[in-house]
Amino acid sequence: MEISKVVEELPPSGIRAFFDLVLGMKDVVSLGVGEPDFVTPWNIREKAIYSLEQGYTSYTSNKGMAELRQEIVRFLKWRFGITYDFDKEVLITVGVSEGLDLAVRTILNPGEKLMVPRPCYVSYGPLALLAGGTPVYIETDVKEGFKLTPEKILKAYVPGTRAIIINYPCNPTGTSYNKKELLALAKVIKKLDLLVLSDEVYDELTYDFNHTPFVTLPDMKERTIYFNGFSKAYAMTGFRLAWAAGPEKLIAGMTKIHQYTMLCAPITSQIAAIEALKNGAQDVQAMKKEYLRRRNFIVSALNEMGLTCHMPQGAFYAFPSIKKTGMSSMDFAKDLLEKEKVALVPGTAFSAHGESFVRISYASSFENLREAVIRIKRYLKNKKK
Amino acid sequence: MNDILEILMNDARTSADEIAKMTRKKVVDVKKAIKKYEEDGTIVQYKAIVNPEMVKEGRAPVRALIEVSILPQKDVGFDNVAERIYSFSEVKSCYLVSGSYDLLLIVEGENIQTVAEFVSSKLSPMENVRQTTTHFLLKKYKEDGKMFKVVSRPKRLNITY
Repeated sequence: MEISKVVEELPPSGIRAFFDLVLGMKDVVSLGVGEPDFVTPWNIREKAIYSLEQGYTSYTSNKGMAELRQEIVRFLKWRFGITYDFDKEVLITVGVSEGLDLAVRTILNPGEKLMVPRPCYVSYGPLALLAGGTPVYIETDVKEGFKLTPEKILKAYVPGTRAIIINYPCNPTGTSYNKKELLALAKVIKKLDLLVLSDEVYDELTYDFNHTPFVTLPDMKERTIYFNGFSKAYAMTGFRLAWAAGPEKLIAGMTKIHQYTMLCAPITSQIAAIEALKNGAQDVQAMKKEYLRRRNFIVSALNEMGLTCHMPQGAFYAFPSIKKTGMSSMDFAKDLLEKEKVALVPGTAFSAHGESFVRISYASSFENLREAVIRIKRYLKNKKK
Repeated sequence: MNDILEILMNDARTSADEIAKMTRKKVVDVKKAIKKYEEDGTIVQYKAIVNPEMVKEGRAPVRALIEVSILPQKDVGFDNVAERIYSFSEVKSCYLVSGSYDLLLIVEGENIQTVAEFVSSKLSPMENVRQTTTHFLLKKYKEDGKMFKVVSRPKRLNITY
């Protein structure tokens, strides 16, 4: 049977087969997971359970519960001094993934282009293709800590480019930007008159400096859609809940698609999210502290083994080079899985230029990380022989 | 709190090398700091938290929480009486608390009789002890942040983007 050409030609990929291999294996020490290893804090789960007992099982407004949107607006004002109109400029989505899809479809006309810095989360390029547009990839460089630079944006720019996706802290590299670096990016973005889709879902997990939301930069709020969610900060991945905030016209366009395709985000998750915003700050700080220690441990251990790794400033990923093994990142990942039962994700999942790199997730208990380090060390030692 | 202490309080078996990596300090500095904490009494002891229900051989000791009301003494307040009480080896923990009584003890004995004997013959007759209330512990659910129930957590997928 034929399916649409666009879907037919979507990547991936050989990665899927590797994922299946990992999922079919038992007793794996996994460094391959893109979600927190903490369980959602009890107060949040308890609120969700109680709402079900009380019979909150209906649809909500397409845009999401007013109380949640108000709470988000209040939170942004308190946390970063950002102001949004909860009724016109905020949309509750099913994960940031849905929000990004809505935004790309709202912005792109067929043939128009979306800039996507890589290595990046796997969905960005395909979203542009599904919207009938074309991704324009910008390859970042390990020498620059995988940072996007104004020069790279200027060089990659082609006419017909409408928007750029930025994601910081970044999955898979953990790279983030300080305010000065962001200002430089904003300047060239304004010059090229681009819209910005800013995926900041890992913002609470920024370790070495304070996170600066892109919308707080001069002249950026009117051209930026700001995405964030509850998955990473509050360990709520399975709740599938996020939000997008931005200019009224863009949010209205996104809401139109959302009401036809998703109708609304699940009410249980929305109620849980209100609790997270009201009473979740302490748990976020505790988790962040733990991630920071794990980051320091794993990066130091990797460098000690000769798998050189830049210091990621955020998220819960390290992106070391495996060049010294002389293997491709896929062969390395497969061989390590077979010989030592350690799972990680080959860098090629995130960009063709991710070759010679692997993504290591340290959202895993310290005992797991300790064991993984022992196994990788042993693997490298045996390989030398 | 200090990073090194916090890590050890969570898992006393974390090695100096691991702590050094986690905190981006030098191993020798971490070792030095731990040694100092051990010597100056900051770190008092390393021990395991055991779930008594899982202990197969022998019988786990009986524990009781005991509320003690005492008469404070001039100049020294509660400290002297407290010391006389916590010096008994049966007293595993002793806290001065606010509220309707003064000291909260955790007392351990081989069985209920041993603990009852301690209360009636040693604790209650003490000068300055006005009243005691004993609560025998029936079940441990959580201690020092660790839950005892073995929760079979739904597992995450081993690999995701």
